[in-house]
Amino acid sequence: MQKFTTVTGIAVPLRRSNVDTDQIIPAVYLKRVTKTGFEDALFAAWRQDPDFVLNKPAYRGARVLVAGADFGTGSSREHAVWALRDYGFDVVLSPRFGDIFRGNSGKQGLLAGEISEADAETLWAVLESDPGLELTVDLVDRTVRVGDLTVSFEIDDYTRWRLLEGLDDIGLTLRDEARITEFESTREAWLPRTLPALSSPELSPQGR
Amino acid sequence: MSNAAITGERPRTLAEKVWDKHLVARGEDGTPDLIYIDLHLVHEVTSPQAFDGLRVAGRPLRRPDLTIATEDHNTPTLHIDRPISDVTSRTQIETLRRNCAEFGVRLHSLGDIEQGIVHVVGPQLGLTQPGITVVCGDSHTSTHGAFGAMAFGIGTSEVEHVMATQTLPLKPFKTMAITVDGALRPGVSAKDIILAVIAKIGTGGGQGYVLEFRGSAIRSLSMEGRMTICNMSIEAGARAGMIAPDATTYDYLEGRAHAPRGQDWVDAVAYWETLATDDGAVFDAEVVLDADALEPFVTWGTNPGQGVSLSDTVPDPSAISDANERAAAERALEYMDLAAGTPMKQIRVDTVFLGSCTNSRVEDLRAAAEIIKGHSVADGVRMLVVPGSARVRIEAEAEGLDKIFTDFGAEWRFAGCSMCLGMNPDQLAPGERCASTSNRNFEGRQGKGGRTHLVSPLVAAATAIRGTLSSPWDLAADLAAGATSNTTANGEK
Repeated sequence: MQKFTTVTGIAVPLRRSNVDTDQIIPAVYLKRVTKTGFEDALFAAWRQDPDFVLNKPAYRGARVLVAGADFGTGSSREHAVWALRDYGFDVVLSPRFGDIFRGNSGKQGLLAGEISEADAETLWAVLESDPGLELTVDLVDRTVRVGDLTVSFEIDDYTRWRLLEGLDDIGLTLRDEARITEFESTREAWLPRTLPALSSPELSPQGR
Repeated sequence: MSNAAITGERPRTLAEKVWDKHLVARGEDGTPDLIYIDLHLVHEVTSPQAFDGLRVAGRPLRRPDLTIATEDHNTPTLHIDRPISDVTSRTQIETLRRNCAEFGVRLHSLGDIEQGIVHVVGPQLGLTQPGITVVCGDSHTSTHGAFGAMAFGIGTSEVEHVMATQTLPLKPFKTMAITVDGALRPGVSAKDIILAVIAKIGTGGGQGYVLEFRGSAIRSLSMEGRMTICNMSIEAGARAGMIAPDATTYDYLEGRAHAPRGQDWVDAVAYWETLATDDGAVFDAEVVLDADALEPFVTWGTNPGQGVSLSDTVPDPSAISDANERAAAERALEYMDLAAGTPMKQIRVDTVFLGSCTNSRVEDLRAAAEIIKGHSVADGVRMLVVPGSARVRIEAEAEGLDKIFTDFGAEWRFAGCSMCLGMNPDQLAPGERCASTSNRNFEGRQGKGGRTHLVSPLVAAATAIRGTLSSPWDLAADLAAGATSNTTANGEK
């Protein structure tokens, strides 16, 4: 994963709350087995409306999305993050994120920064008054700057550190592998195992 | 007496106990805890990129014996004996089969009796047990919390992480008690409880929390009802939902293929008995709901929090004070093609979908079949019945439920996620309106332009008979008024 420090780019005001992951990427695009090439799938249904904000030429090449509360709720599909990344977004700002989406973002180098409702309104007003305006998102000091305006955003310390360092989670965990092995030696014998597959008892109306 | 009172430890909640039991390493200086995962469920949609990641890094899958896969999201529910006609869908299924063979993962493919929706398969095999940790690349993994397991959905990066390490780095969740006391009236079910909870706390109300459902109404639910409730915890934004195990849980588990046996069973029950939240344990938040007052509940909008009692009307957005919520409600009504003030019961549907990981178990099918028996489906309405697993389908057929559904005029399909998310050909056409026992009424979820009302299996059945959103209470009223099923078939009285 690449190190993330600051991003300067065009920001898109998305004045909608509860943007669930089915809106970010509809299920029909989840049939692919690759991790890239999802740019066409991002907001696929909404992009058919010529008035949808992403279709406005001023926002071409945007890198920052400023959305309403509860962005990324619903399905766990990481494809939502891949689609945002593939389209060119490095940052999503919202007053609140779906938990799984926020976790997925941090693993894929997409910054999900939490801003206040009031700051979201302020940023929308600024961006709408001058479509195509660039702003700077600074992960080091957790701020968004545009002209004279500076607002702060929240991101948990651990995710911030991993983004700044560009660290791979699995590699980090495997440094503790001895502790995992030690933990495994203490697990009770009766805990479920999927292997070998055990034959199910005779069928009955009760399902036993 | 509670466990904590005996041992003198700090009283803990169910969620805290399961968390503590799975701590591989406690995080320091803001780093997350490392949590051991007891059971990893895998399906075709969120796993291919994770298997690829292992291959690229040259890592093995650490514990195939704690991993199980099934085909569900992207499988057809008709002609499962033929090759899948959609090439990308077929490739995805074939990729799962290749990956499972390569990494030694047990897979239940189309045609296998244990194939089905991943959240139906785990419990039916007895793999889902109290006090364990369960993850899957699917948000509805919260279903398994009905057994007192800590179960939550993860993204594909985390799927790869679990495959490689059998652990996840996680920050502790907050805890929320949701207490539902009282007795549900006939015609009201678990689905109505959870829809009412989500309407009460909102789609973001559970964010960062594990919900623990408690109270007499929860205790009196079957395991199937408890699974329905925990399943939709995610729709309130929560990471997980949990219910402490009790005799109902043990009765469900005992004798299932992977449930402990003999002395193992005794040891396991002894552990399970320690799991309930201690007296005096403190939750970070508490919510209370009265089961006695609950009516059949339905959604009117495009998120699961936008719901009302069936006897109510479509709400008026102008009465909503919060500007963002008002805008969302206006947008939802436009998408749903509904006018404020319309009685919910006057809303006519085109399709009824009985299925999904929320409501596709034998008990759900039985409940719906009991209502529709002897009726026929309303004119112009199609009904799709999709069992949660191949085993559920066979069990239902052994009871003759399939015959009741097909006599009624419904379609009896093979197991899978089907129209819940519309990845396979089971989709709504643009503008089509559906009463659905699934979990999400998002825009376009069941098909582009499709309009979804979330309902219980009982409401789905009554709606299929009357053609308009209805509950068994309306059928009883029809009967009392001397109406026949024919004159009410169009929802006109």
